[in-house]
Amino acid sequence: MSDKKIRVLVAKPGLDGHDRGAKVVARALRDAGMEVIYTGLRQTPEMIAEAALQEDVDVVGLSILSGAHMALAPRIMDLLKANGQTNVKVFIGGIVPDEDIPRLMEMGITGVYGPGASTEDIVKDIKNAVK
Amino acid sequence: MISLAETILRGDRLALARLLTQVENDTADGRAALDALFPHTGKAYLIGVTGAPGTGKSSLVNQLALHFRKQNQRVAIVAVDPSSPFTGGAVLGDRVRMKDLSGDQGVFIRSMASRGSIGGLARATANVVQVFDAAGYEIIMIETVGAGQSEVDIAKLAHTTLVVEAPGLGDDIQAIKAGILEIADIIVVNKADRPGIENTEKALKTMLELAHPTQRVFMHHGALTPALLPMGEGKKVRDDETNIWIPPLQRTIATDGKGIDELAQHIAKHGEYLRLSGDWAIRERARLESELDAALQSALMNQFRERVSEDQYNKIMDQVFERSLSPSEAVKALMNGKTSPQPSPTRRGRKN
Repeated sequence: MSDKKIRVLVAKPGLDGHDRGAKVVARALRDAGMEVIYTGLRQTPEMIAEAALQEDVDVVGLSILSGAHMALAPRIMDLLKANGQTNVKVFIGGIVPDEDIPRLMEMGITGVYGPGASTEDIVKDIKNAVK
Repeated sequence: MISLAETILRGDRLALARLLTQVENDTADGRAALDALFPHTGKAYLIGVTGAPGTGKSSLVNQLALHFRKQNQRVAIVAVDPSSPFTGGAVLGDRVRMKDLSGDQGVFIRSMASRGSIGGLARATANVVQVFDAAGYEIIMIETVGAGQSEVDIAKLAHTTLVVEAPGLGDDIQAIKAGILEIADIIVVNKADRPGIENTEKALKTMLELAHPTQRVFMHHGALTPALLPMGEGKKVRDDETNIWIPPLQRTIATDGKGIDELAQHIAKHGEYLRLSGDWAIRERARLESELDAALQSALMNQFRERVSEDQYNKIMDQVFERSLSPSEAVKALMNGKTSPQPSPTRRGRKN
């Protein structure tokens, strides 16, 4: 009896202290039947990569409102790769200027969601990405 | 080709994390690795941490892990949180309180969803613990879901079970907590800086004395149990004559680490007691027996599912729904492999 669940790490790297959005997404993913590991505020890229490893997640969701995404995202991608977790899909939610999105996708980020993005879309995209 | 089990024994953390997933999902690979790892288990010290939601279990585990790390012991933490009964999803939030442990390669934290299991642990928790044991973690702490009265499975799994209480949970604490208090090897009164701590402690002590009238024996050995101990001095530990364990009560403030050293001493004393009294072997045997039973149950269930078709099952279920067959009659019918058993005379009578 195999019982496969999608496991998602929801983390907030950096110093901004607003996690309402991350919690809304965590709850939506839970309601979609996923197991969400919520790590809370002010995580360093190292903490996030280590948690992703220990929890063997399929997906990492990053909430970044501070504008530091171009510094944080590549660092986290590198650490995941260094740990051998090349199969993990990374999503970003928060405030990301449009012109940064193509560059983030080039780094291997799977999806970027701004204010007003629907949680239904996020759920759908995650399910498609880990298929 | 190196097997999964061998890579675990060599200390590969990614392989360990992936195996835990296989074990949690009960896959064929996971089961094969468990078989291979089993001879390497039985060395770890298993500490269970249970208690009502919000009593501070995760913060306490965080502090205890820091303590054990100072003694250079490798620590694994298995933190269980509930799954939604409707969607099967879960939010696992125990890591939020364990940030201090991040960045330490000697600590491995794994969050688990209960996945419909009702005893306070997930079905696969014991197996996950076994993998950590084989991987050489000396201390394994298992944090249950926020527990109320009957989530007592942890006592079967752990060598030492901590039941965490906190002030302000109500005056009816004795009545509510009777079930879970019974499994405590050590009672922790966390949030000891909160108002109401004296009342909570008093209620718990009364409860303990009711459960362990033999505690009076201690008085013969001198002043080991003064009526009220200041914070940091838990109650006493073992009685050589009767060889029984009286659960000590320890105040803690997990957010700033107060009382943690003393709590760790109680844990060490309980471990020593288990070894000296022979309870260690008894508990090990009981634990393995309950694991064997659980494995047997699930194997029998699988065997049954292979033998009885979905269609057959649904037909019988329809009869139960129509009230023409009682659940126990349905079970008999399914076990005999018959789809339409003779209804009992009373049932037939009612139908006509």
